[in-house]
Amino acid sequence: MFALVTTTFGYALVQLADAPDLPPDLWAILAGVIGLFVVAHLAVRWLAPDADPTLLPLAAFLTGFGFLVVARLDEDLARVQAVWAAVGVVAFVATLAVVRRIRTLERYRYTFLLLGVLALVLPLVPGLGAEINGARLWVRLGPLNFQPGEAAKVLLVVFFAAYLVDKREMLSTGTRWVGRVALPDPKYLGPLLLAWGASLLIMVRQKDLGSSLLFFAVFAAMLYIATDRGSYLLIGFGLFAGGAVIAYQLFDHVQTRVSTWIDPWPVAQDEGFQLVQSMFAFGSGGFAGAGLGLGNPTTIPNVATDFVFSAVGEELGLVGGVAVVAVVLLLCGSGYRIAVQAERPFPKLFAAGLTTIIGIQTFVIIGGVTRVIPLTGVTLPFVSYGGSSLVANFVILALLLRISDDNARARAPGRSGAAAAPASAAVSPPPTAAPPARRR
Amino acid sequence: MNRGIRKVGGTVVVLLLVLIGQLTYLQIIDAANLDGDPRNLRSVLRDFNRPRGEIVTADGEVLARSVRSDDGTEFEYQREYPARGLTVQVVGYQSFVVGNVGIERTYNRQLSGRAPELRTLGDVLRAKETTGTVVLEMRAAVQRAAAEALGEQRGSVVVLDVRTGGIVAMYSNPTYDPQPLAGHDTQAVADVFAALSADPAKPDLPRAYREIYPPGSTFKVVTSAVAFDAGTATPTTVFPPLDALPLPLTDNVLRNFGGATCGGTVFEAFVVSCNTVFARMGLDLGTRFPPGLERFGVEGPPPPLDVFPGAARNTGLEGADYRTDTPKYAFAGIGQGTVATSPLEMALVAAAVATGGTVLEPRAAREIRAADGAVVEAFAPRPWKTAMTPATAQALNAMMRAVVERGTGTRAQIAGVAVAGKTGTAQNSTGSPHAWFIGFAPADAPRYAVAVIVENGGSSGSEATGGAVAAPVAARVLEAALTP
Repeated sequence: MFALVTTTFGYALVQLADAPDLPPDLWAILAGVIGLFVVAHLAVRWLAPDADPTLLPLAAFLTGFGFLVVARLDEDLARVQAVWAAVGVVAFVATLAVVRRIRTLERYRYTFLLLGVLALVLPLVPGLGAEINGARLWVRLGPLNFQPGEAAKVLLVVFFAAYLVDKREMLSTGTRWVGRVALPDPKYLGPLLLAWGASLLIMVRQKDLGSSLLFFAVFAAMLYIATDRGSYLLIGFGLFAGGAVIAYQLFDHVQTRVSTWIDPWPVAQDEGFQLVQSMFAFGSGGFAGAGLGLGNPTTIPNVATDFVFSAVGEELGLVGGVAVVAVVLLLCGSGYRIAVQAERPFPKLFAAGLTTIIGIQTFVIIGGVTRVIPLTGVTLPFVSYGGSSLVANFVILALLLRISDDNARARAPGRSGAAAAPASAAVSPPPTAAPPARRR
Repeated sequence: MNRGIRKVGGTVVVLLLVLIGQLTYLQIIDAANLDGDPRNLRSVLRDFNRPRGEIVTADGEVLARSVRSDDGTEFEYQREYPARGLTVQVVGYQSFVVGNVGIERTYNRQLSGRAPELRTLGDVLRAKETTGTVVLEMRAAVQRAAAEALGEQRGSVVVLDVRTGGIVAMYSNPTYDPQPLAGHDTQAVADVFAALSADPAKPDLPRAYREIYPPGSTFKVVTSAVAFDAGTATPTTVFPPLDALPLPLTDNVLRNFGGATCGGTVFEAFVVSCNTVFARMGLDLGTRFPPGLERFGVEGPPPPLDVFPGAARNTGLEGADYRTDTPKYAFAGIGQGTVATSPLEMALVAAAVATGGTVLEPRAAREIRAADGAVVEAFAPRPWKTAMTPATAQALNAMMRAVVERGTGTRAQIAGVAVAGKTGTAQNSTGSPHAWFIGFAPADAPRYAVAVIVENGGSSGSEATGGAVAAPVAARVLEAALTP
């Protein structure tokens, strides 16, 4: 297990060696980042010894990889990113230390709902919120900017998992028939409508299309998992489509995003500039990439945050891009495996929800920069520059590890360490060999 | 719940695999397109940081070269254009801000050394830089003669080697200096470019091949060729003398230049440039006229010129129905109305007569040479169209000789060399008529074809005719071309 962490960073170091001119203090910072993962690793051994051994190395790979790319794009950002990585690891250890049993969270579901909603509306509070790059997602506290929406993501997933587990019996028995589709009691449909309304509200007030898409997809997925009823997906999709159509007609920026997605070329110098430059980056990167430090990814505005993957594509090529996607695939595979292995419904649903966040968020942003779907600004988990996002992802990681550790203890009370063996065997072959889909 | 988790997990996996699919598309399948797109600065920046081959004339003058940059910017090389505005309309420029044009664009791969034919396996393995030199068909001496003959007048000169289709000279006034556009200061370059684009004189427009004008009476060469080949007229066909031709479907008439009365044989009408005769010939051709125009490249795709962004498309009788738009056929007969051609096209028309009917592809580049001077790519003459039969070409050759010997084009005469040609004085919407001359020399064994336009009659203004203003320019340029 420790070897995995080491190899990951060995790889990262080799990559860094290709960069022509990194200032010396970045080496020190890199050493610090590696040190952080040693700390995180030791914390796992101590606080959750039976947890899945693959998650942390995979996340470490993504974070280290992201740090490298950000360092190459902007040294100053890299220094800040290193500090945030430290904060992230502290949050990671703290989460493991405080949340000793995942069931504890289930009890405080409404507290989490309250906190989550509070976090969502915080940027809208006058004097506290700040608009950066056209989206009102930020809270400014002294010198510090952060996006409480990132925290809201996790908080609301806790609430949803707990709520759905509680109400799943009622939600899964249809009482009203519309044609051949059984609809559940409207009373229990509440959460879905709430989620739909909330995501639209965010979309409207904060001009944040990506997060609302993400929220909605995650909640729809959790609802489906909890109730096992396809009709929810249909309804959810219908609601989202309806909301999207309304948003499209009401807001210019939504229309712009969609039209630039459909055909960015006529507006390549204007609204489509970012997307077209991103596609150029991928095209010029080709199979093997230009080499770290040898491309021109800085022609893309916001390259360190939303477009970090385009920089990966340009300088590390298809090889680097596929490596990142494959690691996310493995991470999700481990996450869903933890969900399946959990015996109680709450951790099961909670783990699935958290994993879905990472998977869908990756899809939304990479899909956006590669023109698979309209571009919406969210960060690439663990890789993008962005403090709030990094910290939130570390908390997700800690929670998944906690659930995994609980699972192992439940299965083998009194024993520790043994349950890890099959999982690590599944992850050691190269990324292409074992898509998680087969392991479900 | 496990079933749901597996399905959701499966969906996420599928979504992520879709990303890998799209990445493969962008980075492998569509990569060459994206990388080569002119708006993609990456390949341009890459090109700016390695040596680049020279562009030289056939007589050995360097028109573009790269030298080590010492301006303190991130760019290692600076592109230089010693001939400045004289050759920019062909050579173009290499700019990381506004992109490349001209030969710099068309032959970018060869100049930057990316063309596979320039690199041996050994070069690839040793990572050796190999750049190609582009040798033009242009002769600096002829290009200079063209610029000097035009002087301050707005207009264009095109000289073609009739045996190869090579562009010996191609110049237009006004012109501009490409050097500031090759600068390394983004803002300064953008400012220069904006100023150029905003200039009402349009110095950045390579008129010789990017602008189209009514060709006026020079187009009678085309009308005659199409009519002779269609059998609707011969050089000896006699037309009644008229001072004005009534136009069908209207109350209007088409008058001769200066209100003169003229007629007689087609041959004599050509020598004195009698409008009523050729307008009549246009009407007589009717629906056979447009296909004839297409054989000259006046209708259909533009001439395939290897100078980015290529030649402008000419217009003939597109969209003019003979039954309802009959007068347009009369105007087309004298190169007015819907007909508009580039100076390059009219040089091709003259060259077609010179070669016996074949139109060769116009070509600025002669060959590509490797760094050691070896020719790695030579461009052979390529036929583009067959405009007329050899017999028709021969008849027109005699008619055009007579124009210069004793007709409207006497001022195109060169001592000791027989010149063939046709003048034109083209009415247009921008002011005084354009003065035109097209022709070739020597008439008995043609080597060079020429087209000259002096916009709005140049310094002679409304008094100008093609014979008075354009013909002397043509004579001077042809003489330079014939001087070895």
